[in-house]
Amino acid sequence: MSSSSSSSSQMGELVADKHVRYILMSEKKESFESVVMDHLRMNGAYWGLTTLDLLDKLPSVSVDEVVSWLLTCQHESGGFAGNTGHDPHVLYTLSAVQILALFDKLDILDVAKVSSYIAGLQNEDGSFSGDMWGEVDTRFSYIAICSLSILKCLDKINVEKAVDYIVSCKNLDGGFGCTPGAESHAGQIFCCVGALAITGSLHHVDKDLLGWWLCERQVKSGGLNGRPEKLPDVCYSWWVLSSLIMIDRVHWINKAKLVKFILDCQDLENGGISDRPDDAVDIFHTYFGVAGLSLLEYPGVKAIDPAYALPVDVINRILLTK
Amino acid sequence: MHGRPRKVYKPEEEAASAAKAAKLRALQSQFMSYHHNKIYTKEAVDLSTKLLEINPEAYTAWNYRKLAVEDKLSRIESDPDLVKTILDEELSVVESALKQNFKSYGAWHHRKWVLSKGHSSIGNELRLLDKFQKLDTRNFHAWNYRRFVVELTNRSEQDELQYTDVMIGSDFSNYSAWHNRSVLLSSLLARKVDGFLPNKKIPDEYNLVHDAIFTDEDDQSGWFYHLWLLDQTVNVETPLLTSSWPSHGSCINLSAGCLNDSFSEPGSFPLIIYFNQAVGGVSSSTVTVDTELKGNEDLVWEPVSKKNSQVSCVWVARLKYMSSEPCFRKEYKVKVRIGDSPGIVSSRGCNFSAPYEFIFTAHVHDTLEESQGGIVSWTDGFDIWDAESKDLNSLVNLDQSNAQLDSKWRQEAIAEEIDLFRELPDSKIGKLTLARLLMAKAMISDAAVKGVHYNEILDLYKDLMVLDSSHYQYYKDEHSVALLRKVTSSTEDLSGRLFRYRNMNNSVCLRLNNLSLSRIASVEKLLFVQMLDLSHNELHSTEGLEAMQLLSCLNLSHNRIRSFSALDSLRHLNQLRVLNVSHNHIGEHSVDTTRYLCSSPLSNSECTRDEVGRQMPSLVTKYWDAYFVLRDLNLKQLDITGNAIAGDEFRSFVLQVVPKLVWIDGKKLES
Repeated sequence: MSSSSSSSSQMGELVADKHVRYILMSEKKESFESVVMDHLRMNGAYWGLTTLDLLDKLPSVSVDEVVSWLLTCQHESGGFAGNTGHDPHVLYTLSAVQILALFDKLDILDVAKVSSYIAGLQNEDGSFSGDMWGEVDTRFSYIAICSLSILKCLDKINVEKAVDYIVSCKNLDGGFGCTPGAESHAGQIFCCVGALAITGSLHHVDKDLLGWWLCERQVKSGGLNGRPEKLPDVCYSWWVLSSLIMIDRVHWINKAKLVKFILDCQDLENGGISDRPDDAVDIFHTYFGVAGLSLLEYPGVKAIDPAYALPVDVINRILLTK
Repeated sequence: MHGRPRKVYKPEEEAASAAKAAKLRALQSQFMSYHHNKIYTKEAVDLSTKLLEINPEAYTAWNYRKLAVEDKLSRIESDPDLVKTILDEELSVVESALKQNFKSYGAWHHRKWVLSKGHSSIGNELRLLDKFQKLDTRNFHAWNYRRFVVELTNRSEQDELQYTDVMIGSDFSNYSAWHNRSVLLSSLLARKVDGFLPNKKIPDEYNLVHDAIFTDEDDQSGWFYHLWLLDQTVNVETPLLTSSWPSHGSCINLSAGCLNDSFSEPGSFPLIIYFNQAVGGVSSSTVTVDTELKGNEDLVWEPVSKKNSQVSCVWVARLKYMSSEPCFRKEYKVKVRIGDSPGIVSSRGCNFSAPYEFIFTAHVHDTLEESQGGIVSWTDGFDIWDAESKDLNSLVNLDQSNAQLDSKWRQEAIAEEIDLFRELPDSKIGKLTLARLLMAKAMISDAAVKGVHYNEILDLYKDLMVLDSSHYQYYKDEHSVALLRKVTSSTEDLSGRLFRYRNMNNSVCLRLNNLSLSRIASVEKLLFVQMLDLSHNELHSTEGLEAMQLLSCLNLSHNRIRSFSALDSLRHLNQLRVLNVSHNHIGEHSVDTTRYLCSSPLSNSECTRDEVGRQMPSLVTKYWDAYFVLRDLNLKQLDITGNAIAGDEFRSFVLQVVPKLVWIDGKKLES
């Protein structure tokens, strides 16, 4: 039985069919690792389904099955849980909204209810809590703005204050952290830049300063890390890359080298993508790898919207037509 | 999820994993039952402890524990000892969860929640932090928690600064410590705390960060801190005026507005003021315009920026002049005073303090030569413009007259850094920093030295394009910026590129074609330009051009424009009538890098409500960016040939969106 192959670099090809099979099979897994992630199945579903759509294979799943399970995760408050029985949280509410957008089934939602749940989590200073227990993080600002924009209910929150709070998390290196004063981190930067993009507020970003910080995430191997002196990881191919694209500075990195890094992280035999070459694969990194390749215009992958993290045709359909 | 090696599991391993999984499932299911039935007995709560020990990411269990604590607290008689026991138990559960996974958001937040109930000593918390920060000096959860504890206890910024000293002292390669240092120091400097004046502190910090930069040339930990120090040295907080049009001491020609001049609004011209940073509060109360040329109406000042924004570097007002009487050659003096009354404030909260005045003369002529109203050519009908113009000189020497680096400490700091970085062996960060330092120096040097600096800067960027080829395009962009600075800093260089277009009232035309420019810069010096030739370059966006309010003709042919969204800045150019974007890459790419830099429904800053939007929704969706950009322009002449998008469908769509178009791709349209 052969182990992972490191001859991947020679071929430099996206084994799309293998990744599709990996995603479809992952449902059946009953390993310890998958049970431990049970509580974030809503996120996992979003990662898997979006990847399938980017590879034009969304019809491989049963819409009805997904949607009926999804609805069991909804709470009276209007928010969604990570899986049946768990508590609601905005993290899973966004994924639920995104999944329904993919299937063009947003109409099954009681939009007023869901949007009230989200809007109700905005605090006095414009920040957002993740749930009733009050954790504040700019990730939740992004989630609120992204989901409400998809639901066309952005006016339910105080957008100006939301933007002000995000700007208060801007650091001297041009990046953003999770709360004011927190260190810049590519994941948080994606959330803040995405939120500013969706609210037409990118003028608050110093694009040259942030652009330089972001392009210096590319290390010698061609991969991207999330902050200085850390290891490269495929998920940063999304967070750093989408941020660079939203501020029009993506030409500051070497795209070819990044493509090669992502392709080297594939498990060519069993499908799936890992954080680094020869590490264990998972749905999370499979999604970010394929999404990254989409942003790099890799052939055979549909275009993805850098702010909403959904295929461009889905977002254009929702936001550009009345 | 991260850092686990890829392996194929043997059947025994898979079986063991499945057994563990089954156990966890049973645990979870029992927990859910307690949670949904609101059971908070010791047995139930202990089960949640077990669950969180195995899986600190089970967020519902942390919620459950909070409910259990609240339930317990409601039953006891606020006996402080009992309360302490209950909360201590929570802190210990958090600590063992963190041992499992010290990046668990749920665990850290639970601790904060417990502390918000007013419990635990600061000593305890700092000791816990010490432990985790030693395990991983970059753990941002720990640093965030540290900030939380500091705020709760009012620890001084000076003490926390001292802590970063310790962290950096033991290992300079700690970006998190440098970041924290920058936050604390900038606050101490802003508050002008004793012992924290920039003229002493900043030079000290340069010394501190040098070790971090020079010890390992690839370690980035100190790079961004050093860049921040440079920014503190070079950029003054207070907003200043950079340039204006018309400029001080200049002379402009106006026509007594009854002409059928399709290239400008009859009877008015724009007054443009350009600040060194984004400001708000520019209005007729903070900017006074004194002249017989206009009536008593107040001018309306508008920021050249996105719709949501009330701040901008560039502000414009239209001065409408009286043109009803027959006038021979009449001369009017116009005096503009900025900042007499307070109100102009930068987006960072600093007031524009020193009032500034500029005076120019306007000559009103009865009629100027009639513009021929024909198609505009970029090749024929041009004369060289004279180089002795006073206008040109005053513009070119703007940097000096606005010299911000008058403080001795700033000049010394830059000079010392330049000397230091010149001595470094060839390294990427060495060359890049030297280039940035020389840019700062060039801005304050006189004409003779300036040229030398710019040449050295251009060479440094060319070296960097080879030395660090992954970031080639970054250095290319910086090279373009330096090149434009150079061209616009020399009267000789600039005047060699200026022409007059006979067929359009001798409009001023600037030719910057064939310069391998990948980016636009120095626009503050080019406000007087009416025709701009940027053809045969490598531009992919018109970012920066929005300030050129006099621009009526723009040539962008043979560049690398990929979409109409990249032309969003042109929507601010009210006088633009001629646009050439032929032979670009519009329609070739699936990824649009200016999608969110263009006002549209995608960024919740526009809507499609109009005739075209109603009649052809699918084309509006397909060509959304062309639709939004073109409908805001009043173009008479457009060239789009040589782009993948420019087929018959698109061409006819354009004619719907721009009904006043007269020429497309060189052909005159039937009216």
